Amino acid sequence: MFAAIHTREDRPGGLSYCLLRLAQEFSPLVEQTAADTVALAADGLERIHGLPQQIAAALARRAVERGLQASVAIAANLDTAVHAARGFAGVSVIPYGDEAKYLGSLPLTVLQPTPEMQETLERWGIRRFRELAALPELGLAERLGPEGLRLHKLARGAGGRPLVPVAEPLHFEEEAELEYPVELLEPLMFVLAQLLNGLRARLASHGLATNELRLRLKLENRGEHTRMLRFPVPMLDTKAFLKLLDLDLGAHPPPSPVVKVWLEAEPAKPRAAQTGLFIPLAPEPEKLELTLARLRGLVSEGNVGSPELLDTHRPGAFQLLARPLAPSPARPLARSLPLRAIRPPRTARVQMASGQPVHVQADGVRGHVVASAGPWRTSGDWWTIDPWARDEWDVALSDGALYRIYSAQGRWYVEGSYD
Amino acid sequence: MAAVALGRDFEFKMNRPEVCPTGLAEVDAMAGGLPQGCLTEVYGPASSGRTSLMLAALAQSTGRENVCALVDASDAFDPASAAAAGVHLERLLWVRCGGNAEHALKAADLLVQGGGFGMVVMDLADTPAVHARRISMTSWFRLRRAVEHTPTVLLVVEQQPLAKTCASLTLEMRRERAAWSGAPGAPSCARLLRGIRVHVDRRKPVPALAASFESCW
Repeated sequence: MFAAIHTREDRPGGLSYCLLRLAQEFSPLVEQTAADTVALAADGLERIHGLPQQIAAALARRAVERGLQASVAIAANLDTAVHAARGFAGVSVIPYGDEAKYLGSLPLTVLQPTPEMQETLERWGIRRFRELAALPELGLAERLGPEGLRLHKLARGAGGRPLVPVAEPLHFEEEAELEYPVELLEPLMFVLAQLLNGLRARLASHGLATNELRLRLKLENRGEHTRMLRFPVPMLDTKAFLKLLDLDLGAHPPPSPVVKVWLEAEPAKPRAAQTGLFIPLAPEPEKLELTLARLRGLVSEGNVGSPELLDTHRPGAFQLLARPLAPSPARPLARSLPLRAIRPPRTARVQMASGQPVHVQADGVRGHVVASAGPWRTSGDWWTIDPWARDEWDVALSDGALYRIYSAQGRWYVEGSYD
Repeated sequence: MAAVALGRDFEFKMNRPEVCPTGLAEVDAMAGGLPQGCLTEVYGPASSGRTSLMLAALAQSTGRENVCALVDASDAFDPASAAAAGVHLERLLWVRCGGNAEHALKAADLLVQGGGFGMVVMDLADTPAVHARRISMTSWFRLRRAVEHTPTVLLVVEQQPLAKTCASLTLEMRRERAAWSGAPGAPSCARLLRGIRVHVDRRKPVPALAASFESCW
């Protein structure tokens, strides 16, 4: 059983929304047939409202309460209900089997035929449903084709089209109000595990995963603590989510006891990947995310990542990207002896003779210079507020190691050792 | 008899681990490459070519599109040198431990347990020997056990051998000489450090073998 609501009002912008909301008050399965018409599945409403007439009356009453002048129709099939709502004012209930009889008086414009089809039918003198329904099916098919047959079927009230429900935007949020303020992380994780299980079940039922979790905590001091976890690929692993939340809250604990928890998941299509024997080794994204979170917890946030060289000649200029596998531009190879950096460079005392270093002394580095090359003068960024300039030397010390030392602004530093 | 010999041969080949080349032809010819699923130790004093070998191995592994990880106990890794050695930095995860050897050990354990890395390198080369020796044998056994039966190469770079029986391959590095361009008596402004010649001794497994290579000659 289907119900249709149609209005001839002209309310710019909000009419279809109002009709949709009105229909959704009665049924979760609602079709937006046109801007001025909605249809809904009315099966099961008998148990709430009673007979079909009473269902139609309830719909009409609710429309009036919402300030809509709407016509309401109920029929056994969707198209009949829609046409009746469009054609008849007020409330109509079309009994099953009498569709052709009830719809017969309606004008053909209700069927919304194409202009050419309407012109043809008018030339034939066909202006009402009953006149079209009375035409022989075979002859109509020969002259008007499949579209003519479709209209003939609709005019007889024999349409069998299924309802196409409006897809509601999916919102995945779970919340829990705590009986008493929670101060420790462990009981909070217990609550979060329950919320995550709920979210996971709802996401799985829609065949979805999530690539972002948003946690909102209402605190006892009326403040709020929010955290957001973003994942490189959509995931649906409750244990991984829980561990990531645990690690994140461990690193950024709420400043006050928690009284209410909201957890929201951003839906995303799950990752589809095919594995193979000859695919290079790379950690699974879900496991890598967990490993990275654990590493960040161990050595702090800014110390884990994939290095990327900056586009500058300034020595030691690089940045750490959050995770590996981010594509970076290829650089030409310029082979040189690898350097082991000392960060920050160690201040040194260097004795010079005839313009060349003869003795170097710094924390952990001490010796006579056995061989040296330099100075190599480099400078850059002189057009900015942070210029740099230095004289570099490569030295072999009597302790057996090779070092790179440099002088800048009158001071000496050991930058690293060659290895 | 022939069948027995064939069986032995087959069994022997089955038990040999897959190896990952270091990218240094002389070392590969001598040691056969770095075994997967095993712990490899590379040790030697400063400027003995340990970092050259480490970067060459990382360049080989990342060049085959494997994702690798470097646990840098002393924050000594120089990305510019690595890029120059051919390491694909976008396929390298760098964990900076700020001089804390204990953190380095835990990080290496997490990475090996996490799985999926072509090579995990633990760089303890600048960690003072006093601190490095505090790492218990249990920790090394744990690492060896974790990496077993995985396709990951676990490479540890250090000043002195630490893992002892846990290592499947141990290489001792020593610098033979440094090469400077220009005449010996030339002023330093006319000279250039061209590279170092490195001597490698395979200490484990026996028999001991040796090789030499030039780093950036």
